[in-house]
Amino acid sequence: MGGIYVLVAVSFTLTIGVLNFLNFSIPGIFMLGAIVTWRTLENGWHWGLAIPFGLFAAVCASFLVERFTYRFMKNADHEIPLVSSIGFLILFENLVLIAWGSDQQRFPSLIPDLNIRVAGLIIGIGQILSLALALLLVIGVSMLLKYTQLGRGIRALAESPETATLLGIEVHRIVPALFVVTGLLTGISGILFAMNYQQVSAYMGDVVGLKGIAAMVIGGMGNIWGAIIGGLLIGLTEVLSIYFFGADKVDFYVYGLFLVLIVLRPQGILGSTVATGVKL
Amino acid sequence: MSGYAEAVILMLAINIVVAQAGYLPLAAGQLNLGVAGFMAIGAYVSAFVTNEYNLPIVLGIISGAFAAWLVAVVLAVPLLRASGIYLALATFALGQVIQAVFLNMEAVGAAAGYAVNKHASFSLIMATTAAVLAFVLLLSRTRFALYLTAVKNDPVVADLFGINVRTIKVQAFSLGALIAGIGGALYAHQYSYIEPQNFNILLSVYIVLYVLLGGTQTVLGPIIGAVFFTLLPELLRGSEQWRYVVFALFIITLMALRPQGLITSRLLQRISSLWRRERTE
Repeated sequence: MGGIYVLVAVSFTLTIGVLNFLNFSIPGIFMLGAIVTWRTLENGWHWGLAIPFGLFAAVCASFLVERFTYRFMKNADHEIPLVSSIGFLILFENLVLIAWGSDQQRFPSLIPDLNIRVAGLIIGIGQILSLALALLLVIGVSMLLKYTQLGRGIRALAESPETATLLGIEVHRIVPALFVVTGLLTGISGILFAMNYQQVSAYMGDVVGLKGIAAMVIGGMGNIWGAIIGGLLIGLTEVLSIYFFGADKVDFYVYGLFLVLIVLRPQGILGSTVATGVKL
Repeated sequence: MSGYAEAVILMLAINIVVAQAGYLPLAAGQLNLGVAGFMAIGAYVSAFVTNEYNLPIVLGIISGAFAAWLVAVVLAVPLLRASGIYLALATFALGQVIQAVFLNMEAVGAAAGYAVNKHASFSLIMATTAAVLAFVLLLSRTRFALYLTAVKNDPVVADLFGINVRTIKVQAFSLGALIAGIGGALYAHQYSYIEPQNFNILLSVYIVLYVLLGGTQTVLGPIIGAVFFTLLPELLRGSEQWRYVVFALFIITLMALRPQGLITSRLLQRISSLWRRERTE
């Protein structure tokens, strides 16, 4: 679970860190990636085709969100793009409901169902694979930010949009690219979730998305490594509080931790000071 | 009046009340995503005291509102250290925590929900709604409304002009919670059954949507927003899902074309000057 939270948290952190935009459509994109993959698998596609197709759908959705939220409202209050991204979340979920109903659908198991026992703990192969993949992807993203032309552009934009424009960075190209990256990450995490839990539904993104936000805040907004720590911490808190206090008190401890942290240390565990903005 | 019309009007009245609960903090620049949590406090406290101590509903509503206000005042000091998107996230977490607390409170039925014995009459709900609106309208005529706008637009300058920014912020936040408590109590006595899942994050989000779509500059804005978004889905009742699709598309287009909301103070001025001109002619 931690790995999936990490990926979702990184997607949130990218849009927030660079554009100061809390993108509420991410749970919808998460769900779209998984459900489109499920649908194409049902149609008899090979998984090697179905997964890229699901990812393609997620990227398109993310791109659409960029066109209609961020593009119009660069200069508006920070609530405005947030509200339209909620609009997109409602839109995606209900379109899927119309198309395929509200039932939980069975997602075929693609990973062999093997378990390893380590000191009394049972760990599924799928979980290890997704955690590894999540970490690899995050490392990939941070390399992308650090060494490529696009990455340098994104970091400049995060520092100051005005200066970035003055320095000849094509902001109108960087922003869509950023949304493509977040769409891809979110789509991958959705598919990983579907593979691990073997079910998909229209609302599957909601809970994960909210926990992803919590993970991002706990680790430090706009900080990729913070998102990793936050994601793992949320996963760990979940497991521990299920173990010690029972499953129905999980939310209380997870969000309680979140609340305490945001009040005591709004910049998160790894965040730099809030006033100076975000560093990627 | 048919039962259906009455139900819609009651729902509308409650939505108008909670829209004001979202409006007051937003007028001071606070995006409160925990309104539903304060509604839950109001609903549960009112339901509990009327059930267990047999208090009249009016006293129940007052104690519910007071409880929500008290929680907000106590939490406002640490919470309002954060601002902007951080504050929105903190209130979001607060709403989740409150929901989780009720989800685990055995005295009020935990996850199974809680039956409310006393049912509020139509006239009581309407009267309460009118009272809340009158209060907010009165408030908007005082200097307090100006202070809110000043704090929203620029806290530093407001501070320089001698406004106690922190007090204003705490007041806006806790008054919003008070009204949310009233709204929650009305909800409890109208539907006669409450469960923690009623007061989820989506409810908070919808409340904020009423306000932002109606416009945050005037008291009328949130009212129009609430009216619009209670009636629009009712009008589109053809298909349960399609109406949400239309709703979502509407949100997206409205925010793209008119980010300041439907009703702005300039619009009101223009209407009133038109009206005046017609009268003089």
